Amino acid sequence: MTVLAQLAERLQQGDAPGVAQLTRAAITEGVEPRVILDSGLIAGMNVVGARFKSHEIYLPDVLLAAKAMYAGMDLLKPLMIRDGIPSRGRVVMGTVQGDMHDIGKNLVSIMLRGAGFEVVDLGKDVPPERFIQAAIESNAGVIGLSALLTTTMPGMRRVVELARERQLQGKTRVIVGGAPLSREYARDIGADAYCFDGTSAVDCVKSIFGVS
Amino acid sequence: MSTRVEFPLSQVTPEPEQVLTALGAAGAPNSGRHLRLAVEAIALYRKRVQPLGVWNPIGLDEFEKLYAGQNAGFTPLGQIYPRARSLALFAVTLGEPIRDEIDSRFQAADFALGAALDAAASEGAELAASELEWRYVEHLRASGELTTDMGVMRFSPGYCGWQTCGQRNLFSHLQPADIGISLSASCLMYPLKSVSGVIVAAGRGAFLFADDFPFCGDCQTRSCRERIAAIFGGLHDTQDMREQP
Repeated sequence: MTVLAQLAERLQQGDAPGVAQLTRAAITEGVEPRVILDSGLIAGMNVVGARFKSHEIYLPDVLLAAKAMYAGMDLLKPLMIRDGIPSRGRVVMGTVQGDMHDIGKNLVSIMLRGAGFEVVDLGKDVPPERFIQAAIESNAGVIGLSALLTTTMPGMRRVVELARERQLQGKTRVIVGGAPLSREYARDIGADAYCFDGTSAVDCVKSIFGVS
Repeated sequence: MSTRVEFPLSQVTPEPEQVLTALGAAGAPNSGRHLRLAVEAIALYRKRVQPLGVWNPIGLDEFEKLYAGQNAGFTPLGQIYPRARSLALFAVTLGEPIRDEIDSRFQAADFALGAALDAAASEGAELAASELEWRYVEHLRASGELTTDMGVMRFSPGYCGWQTCGQRNLFSHLQPADIGISLSASCLMYPLKSVSGVIVAAGRGAFLFADDFPFCGDCQTRSCRERIAAIFGGLHDTQDMREQP
């Protein structure tokens, strides 16, 4: 078994020290950072994502695998920055203004990073203007909005309106998710997509960036 | 007059199975690893939780004013409370440190433990609300207001057609700042792991309602079925809960 196949397997097991050790080994062997990321870490997370989607494994397994992915990413990130290797795409994420619930947003961010995307996490209670500013500054292709309260959902509409006013359509898509939301609500406020859960958010972002 | 409630840890500590169910991992094949995670989260939960509660009786007329204009029109609570024999507003919280601990776990990339701790705290907040409801029942029993034909059920803003912004009126009556709970402009309670609402004590028949209100379609728990069944000792047909003539 190659070091990359072992890496993917250890990642699926949620073995963070093992993933760190194998990532170091791959770097030492001279494997390109991009190849380690794509064929080791992301390949492993893709299997984890698929197994989670088909209910073979559960959320804790995904999160343990994500921690292992981060252990590898921590070693690769400086090399990728040094070599100017681009990410698969950049996503600005946050919980809308007035809402302090961030577990759902955190889980989606973790899964997006696990799929190889760069996430600019603005945190919780984020004003609409901040989403737009961050998307422009980071040249993000996607803004992801989360809300858990019916009282804070209107903040999502404001972000969509601001994105239109700043002429971000076509460049930056706005996707929304959260317990009180629905596909109909997303359509009503003019969002580009509604994501039911973390898995559907990853699929949606992959589709937007045209990656498999 | 408000009654402040302190909870022994044992009464607000969830079981590992409850944590795993909240995480969507109940009965998972890899249960050994999951169980260890849940046990670790519960141990951490017990170190950081600071559970407190308060309840305050409210008259029918007062509650009518509080509830008016704060609901989706035709609601289960709207049908039930006019038949109440006793009503009490309540709030419980697990305190701020548990939230800080959850945040710090996520920041340290300890995602699974962070999520398990969050699940434990969500379950713990519900346990605290249930325990407070039980304390209220004990109060009714002690004051001779509890009769054998009565049942008790609690309702919270944000559920069953009671709008989330109904928290404003509830807070102005209950004033749970004494136990450290405040309300944001968007009607969000701080600390986050808090529950508020009204406890209704009424003849058991008052609680029979079908889950076919317009908002029931969006409900992800349908826990009202179990709660009604519990009032009837689990013997009632939960498929048809319309009151019999």
